[in-house]
Amino acid sequence: MRIVKAALLTEAVKRLCIGANRNLPPDVRECIRNFRLKETWPVAQDVLDKIIGNFELAGEKQVPICQDTGMACVFLELGSDVHIEGDLNAAINEGVRQGYQEGYLRKSVVGDPLKRINTGDNTPAMISIDFVNGDSITITVAPKGFGSENMSRIKMLRPSDGVEGVIDFVVSAVEEAGPNPCPPIVAGVGIGGTFDKAALIAKKALLRPLGTHNADPYYADLENKLLEKINALGIGPQGFGGYTTALSVAVETLPTHIAGLPCAVNINCHVCRHAREIL
Amino acid sequence: MEYHIELPLTREKAAPLKAGDRVYLNGIIYTARDAAHQRLAALLDRGEPLPFSPEDSVIYYVGPTPAAPGAIIGSAGPTTSYRMDAYAPRLLSLGLRGMIGKGKRSKEVIDAMQNAGAVYFGAIGGAGALLAQCILEAELIAFEDLGAEAIRRLTVKDFPVVVVIDSGGNNLYEQGRRSYLLHRL
Repeated sequence: MRIVKAALLTEAVKRLCIGANRNLPPDVRECIRNFRLKETWPVAQDVLDKIIGNFELAGEKQVPICQDTGMACVFLELGSDVHIEGDLNAAINEGVRQGYQEGYLRKSVVGDPLKRINTGDNTPAMISIDFVNGDSITITVAPKGFGSENMSRIKMLRPSDGVEGVIDFVVSAVEEAGPNPCPPIVAGVGIGGTFDKAALIAKKALLRPLGTHNADPYYADLENKLLEKINALGIGPQGFGGYTTALSVAVETLPTHIAGLPCAVNINCHVCRHAREIL
Repeated sequence: MEYHIELPLTREKAAPLKAGDRVYLNGIIYTARDAAHQRLAALLDRGEPLPFSPEDSVIYYVGPTPAAPGAIIGSAGPTTSYRMDAYAPRLLSLGLRGMIGKGKRSKEVIDAMQNAGAVYFGAIGGAGALLAQCILEAELIAFEDLGAEAIRRLTVKDFPVVVVIDSGGNNLYEQGRRSYLLHRL
């Protein structure tokens, strides 16, 4: 049994909150640059150039890419041979507190959804934990902005709706969102499980490196089909028209009940942030 | 078309702007987002004065990141505008002439804009680092307790925006998509 002090988690979460908000992952940068080369519509080319200029500037000057530095979504893969000495949740929240303070990141969290008083330190983090084999801890921090989070949708489809129902729902969610979530977007799609799990895997799908596909060829094909249909909508970068409405669609699935077909679409903007460390 | 505009934004300056035009704004704009709008509405309900005059003003829907030492402001890109739709018609009736944000607006806002001769500008969402470079001064003028949502007076130079909805109600989100799809045929 490996013993890890909770303070190590705090340090890692702090670094990840700051790093994720300043440095767009290489796969996202490359994907945006590739779409810029393919884009033929002048207005869209201009917007993509500015988007590229922005993430380059943020990286050089080490400032936040976007002013919405998000709610800190923290994903842990916790090895079963690790014992954490201390309070796991408190350690993560302390990392968020320190990271958002020291990194000059915006504190965007209210402590109660209706009373709406800002907590002042961007806590609490939205933490989800998976237990895995081994003695390591993988921490991923994905700051999630709410311009795009607000445009996310979930629907309990009927089994008879089938794959066509899924396609219609996902494409119409993106169409309805239009310019609001700062296209080009990344769409995380969760199919199956229960109401809550479909949403969770849709969010986890956003962590997958852009340009990679679901290991199942059936779902890899569905991802391509969805991306093609979304980019045929013509919404374009910022909604000003163009080809590049989405950079990627990532589908994740879970077994589900004979009576159901849950489907969730978690929309992310082009600032698709996530940073990871393995302890 | 491309315009360089010195603020305030009078009705005369706003009138020729058409959906799709690129505009560079120079002068004073005011920041306000969700909670600040709620408070502005409460002040109006009580008949109290606003922290700035809406007449010929431009409001930027933004909640910047905190300024690092030596910086004027942090990252400062637009937030999604529809959340301010409940408040915008009232401010437009008081002479507000411009709004900077991103995303769709309600029919009520667009109608009120036409009455007021006002313009809805889009700034590039997510490009907060780039846009902050056009902000020369930032001064907090109201609701300090709201933090990022407080009202700030910004002095901007060549602040790049696109006319999304003009004072005639023409909408770039509809027109841009339509012309792109036609070009693809």
